[in-house]
Amino acid sequence: MAAIDLSRFQATFFVESREGLDAMETGLLSLESGNAEAETVNTIFRAAHSIKGGSATFGFKAIADTTHLLETLLDQVRGGKRHADSAITDALLSSVDVLRGMLQRAEDGQPDTHGDNELNARLSSLLDGTPAATVAAKTSTRFSKWKISFAPKPDMFLTGNDPLRIARELEALGKLTSTCDFGALPALRDMDCTRSYLSWTFELEADVERRKIEDVFSWVEDECDLHIDGIESAPAPVAVVAAPVAAHPTTTAAPSAPREKKEHADGDGSIRVSITKVDGLINLVGELVITQAMLLQQSANLDPGVHERLVSGLAQLERNTRDLQEAVMSVRMLPVEFVFSRFPRLVRDLAGRLGKRVRLRTSGEGTELDKGVIERIIDPLTHLVRNAIDHGLEMPEQRADDGKDGTGTVTLAASHQGGHIVIEVADDGRGLDRKKILAKAAERGLPVSESMSDAEVWDLIFHPGLSTAEKITDVSGRGVGMDVVKQNISALSGSVEIESHLGRGTRVRIRLPLTLAILDGMSVSVGGEIFILPLGYVIESLQPAVDDVKSIAGSSRVLRVRGEHLPILPMAKLFGVSAVRNDNARDGVVVVVESDGRKMALEVDELVGQQQVVVKSIETNYRRVNGIAGATILGDGHVALIVDIGALVRTGAAAA
Amino acid sequence: MTALRILTVDDSASMRQMVAFTLRSAGYDVDEAEDGKIALDKARVARFNCVVADVNMPNMDGISLIRELRQLADYKFTPLLMLTTEAGLEKKQEGKAAGATGWIVKPFDPEQLVATIKKVTG
Repeated sequence: MAAIDLSRFQATFFVESREGLDAMETGLLSLESGNAEAETVNTIFRAAHSIKGGSATFGFKAIADTTHLLETLLDQVRGGKRHADSAITDALLSSVDVLRGMLQRAEDGQPDTHGDNELNARLSSLLDGTPAATVAAKTSTRFSKWKISFAPKPDMFLTGNDPLRIARELEALGKLTSTCDFGALPALRDMDCTRSYLSWTFELEADVERRKIEDVFSWVEDECDLHIDGIESAPAPVAVVAAPVAAHPTTTAAPSAPREKKEHADGDGSIRVSITKVDGLINLVGELVITQAMLLQQSANLDPGVHERLVSGLAQLERNTRDLQEAVMSVRMLPVEFVFSRFPRLVRDLAGRLGKRVRLRTSGEGTELDKGVIERIIDPLTHLVRNAIDHGLEMPEQRADDGKDGTGTVTLAASHQGGHIVIEVADDGRGLDRKKILAKAAERGLPVSESMSDAEVWDLIFHPGLSTAEKITDVSGRGVGMDVVKQNISALSGSVEIESHLGRGTRVRIRLPLTLAILDGMSVSVGGEIFILPLGYVIESLQPAVDDVKSIAGSSRVLRVRGEHLPILPMAKLFGVSAVRNDNARDGVVVVVESDGRKMALEVDELVGQQQVVVKSIETNYRRVNGIAGATILGDGHVALIVDIGALVRTGAAAA
Repeated sequence: MTALRILTVDDSASMRQMVAFTLRSAGYDVDEAEDGKIALDKARVARFNCVVADVNMPNMDGISLIRELRQLADYKFTPLLMLTTEAGLEKKQEGKAAGATGWIVKPFDPEQLVATIKKVTG
């Protein structure tokens, strides 16, 4: 038959191998912390075993070699021959890392030809330093004619083996003559039809190696008396040097451990679907929402009395569309566990490096969040956890001196709050030092005063000038600073707040929207165009009194709202549309917005309404436009731009 | 003639898919199971002409599966093959003791698999 292309199964192999590595990592960590269940070692072993089998089959030899060593080591642990001490867990965890890299390269089409020699050496040396035992191949001689006597034991049939099949296989090798010996056949009434009573003598004319013939009988070796003799040499014997077959020391199989009931999250028929398909679906539903809004708008002028059935049908359509939209969005939702699960490893490594003792607690792992949001909070969360361990927690001795538990606790918690997700990173360490922060800020020339509230002081650590001034250590001195954390969260339309008590710890609370695909917006009109302001930023809208608007320094104006002076940003000018009204805001409307603690008044012509809009990316369809977060299609088919208020406030503040 | 029915049992989806695809291309009617337990349930309902099972699986491993299957009247003489790695000499013996017909050593290529199945199903 034609060669079968195995590459089509590779994608599945990569996905399941990654899952396997994740399972190994989790298992190894729980093994180390002593929380391992009986099944844990088996799970780890099976993961290694599966990756080994798959990689060998799909031709990734280096991966197969490394996992082979892993498997051997794990088999010894499983069989109770070896205790999983920290040297072993360390080596196994490093192997997980190395294998991840190898898988990635294999997936990128550059499979390693050699494995990671250092790791392989480390694993081999752990394996009792027993080098792979070399078993010499069985004597492999070549003859042209063979005599084989074959006497199956009575119960050979019971393993599903059949002498007939063996004879057929021999026949495939060459000309076969067989003689059957009925000598052992009992009287008919004593005969058990499930037993074998016959034996055979075969003469085979085939110029083959002995191995070939032995292979035919390999399954029944122990179930028969077998003699294979070469009786005639091949005319020109070929010198055959058998390659030594490498074998490795096998260990006894583990007694099947009591299997605990395992929950099968994916047992009841889940399927893998590519993200592009899901996004395609979400897009289509978005279109449907727009069409539905359009129909609703068109039908608004119809007489409900005359078109009763149409109107009720449209109402039904609206409900169904909303349900459908929610259902489709939920497909994109992933549990936060997806992010949380990477932290046990990080915490372990970090604690080890810093000489601290840390306990990680997580809660609310099942809380679901849009995949897009999840992927983008990984970095900020990692930074916060690093900070908590590096700067937050004290050394064990100091904790003991302070009367605290020597092992510090870092807590990761996720929960739903209204339309938001709240993720908290808390530690029970030393807490933020108000005086130090104020002093540092003053030193950097930031406007600070003793009278600032705690919350305002904590906010200072998000200031770019300050966060980079933190003590740079091997750990948290790298990567993003706190200002970048805040920026990343803001980019997700989220917010960050800090709560801290000196000596008792710090809690960082991140609020995020459930999804980025839909947002609640306030639609406003400016110069005949509709703009959408994300509702999360809007504080209030008002019609300013003439006296409240003051011009300062030429063209810029400020608005006084309850004693506060806010810069006015004329949207018409900003977006280059001509305002319908004159631009001194006498009878215009302003919308007060807030981002990063800064307020600003956006001048618009008119408030149109409030609605949920489906966000379409401008960047992927056109290019990035400053001040615009995206676009949406309105019920009447017009395109409306969604204003990026965060960016406006930032640039506005920079200009001021 | 109706196609021979093969049951492939493996907890690794990629291996299972590979085995199933290969055997289907060779004209067999293939059913899949993720572990021994599921396989046993399937085998009780339908009659398979051959079962190819991985050894290491959660819930019920391949060897226990073979042992259970051999006790069913329908599977007394059915070829039951195990997928094993080159190292598992002891596993092979354990498998034989449980009633396995033979084994296929991993890694194997598709042609080899089809040849073996052809061999045992006659």
